[in-house]
Amino acid sequence: MIDLSFPFTEEKIRALKVGDEVFISGVVFTGRDAVHKYLHEGGRLPPGVNLRDGILYHCGPVVLKDEQGNWKVTAAGPTTSTREEPYQAEIIKQFGIRGVIGKGGMGDKTLAACQEFGCVYFHAVGGAAQVLAECVKKVRNVYFLEKFGSPEAIWELEVEHFPAVVTMDSHGNSLHKEILAASQVELAKRL
Amino acid sequence: MNALQDSLIELIRRTSAEIPDDVQKAILDSLEREKKGTIAESAMKIIERNIALAKQKSQPICQDTGSILFYVDGPVGMDQIAFEDAGCLAVKKATKKGYLRQNSVDSLTGVNDGTNVGPGSPTFHFHQHRPEEISVRLVLKGGGCENVGAQYSLPNEKLNANRDLGGCRKVILDAVLQAQGKGCGPGILGVCIGGDRATGYEFSKRQFLRLIPDRNPAPELDALEQDILKTANELGIGPMGFGGKTTLLGVKICAVNRLPASFFVSVSYMCWAYRRQGVALDAGGKIVKWLY
Repeated sequence: MIDLSFPFTEEKIRALKVGDEVFISGVVFTGRDAVHKYLHEGGRLPPGVNLRDGILYHCGPVVLKDEQGNWKVTAAGPTTSTREEPYQAEIIKQFGIRGVIGKGGMGDKTLAACQEFGCVYFHAVGGAAQVLAECVKKVRNVYFLEKFGSPEAIWELEVEHFPAVVTMDSHGNSLHKEILAASQVELAKRL
Repeated sequence: MNALQDSLIELIRRTSAEIPDDVQKAILDSLEREKKGTIAESAMKIIERNIALAKQKSQPICQDTGSILFYVDGPVGMDQIAFEDAGCLAVKKATKKGYLRQNSVDSLTGVNDGTNVGPGSPTFHFHQHRPEEISVRLVLKGGGCENVGAQYSLPNEKLNANRDLGGCRKVILDAVLQAQGKGCGPGILGVCIGGDRATGYEFSKRQFLRLIPDRNPAPELDALEQDILKTANELGIGPMGFGGKTTLLGVKICAVNRLPASFFVSVSYMCWAYRRQGVALDAGGKIVKWLY
């Protein structure tokens, strides 16, 4: 297990390889379908959201307000990342993102952007909403809550020891491509 | 009527927060099978911990609390309109309590009004039966696994799949290959051979009401289920697509009649966070027993 803490410098990110298991600590911003489409269409990030050297989390959490009026994340697993494949490479380039957390992996365009700009894809365990919500120590802020609705909003979260696996690194390697190719060969033998 | 609403809220809470015993057992068995020290084992351990934590905290196992699918069996004369009203109110209240995420979006405007109630949500499937008892089964099916479902029309030249069980086997295994880890494996397949495009998927989803260890009474379908399960678990896709021994936890297949011109094979994929529960209700709407 590798501890990866803020700041997420290019050097730290470039040192990661496919198959590395990491614990992420620091600030992450959630962003999923609506945010990606909005940014792709030239939308601006709201003041306060800085993704440079940051981590974007493909996640639509369940967030409730407690009696004191503070936000509390009660479920926060990753959503399927491949839906953002048309947009992700450009967003990595434009906003200087160092890490994307999601599930299911992404395609060649994103892999190439990871290599060119120094970014990695972290795979979290899909469906593990409670284990991952426990890693969220604080909700710092929320943006676009009205505009996009709660699951699609940008939530600024402080996470500690958030477990994930590097499945796409900044050297052109993708565990998803490897497993797909190997499983195709195995299936062909059994047809 | 309030008793019915309360019962349905409790059904939603328990479905969202507690994995059924048969699924939990299948998950624990697969954790045993994975090689120690692999990423697959780490993933299964996180899944195991997540199941315990969700139950203990009475919070959603997965933040995507999914499509809300009610399957209701009731006696002749049961008031379905009143039942739907109570179901919709229960969904609204369960959403406020955080058992369900604000998870339903207007497809034209993109507006999420935060209630989970709107055209097509929740979905009720009513069925009459002779006993006086009302049984309500609930499946919460997340979007990640719904998106990897697939419907094939046979013959399929690309996959060399003809209109026979061999052809069905090929397309079902293709669906597993295409899904990789994207549907949050290890998964469970619900398959319907036959039907039209709508009923094919509908019957495939009904397979998720079956218990994981049950066996298909039709020998040829039972053989196909066992074969697909064994073969899929030899492909090395593994939990979350990380590689490993468990790609599927179960395969459930039904066959319904088709038109001479059509031969559909509809494959629905259920993630490991297989949320399915049910209750039997008395005439007053009170829970008499749990069905899973």
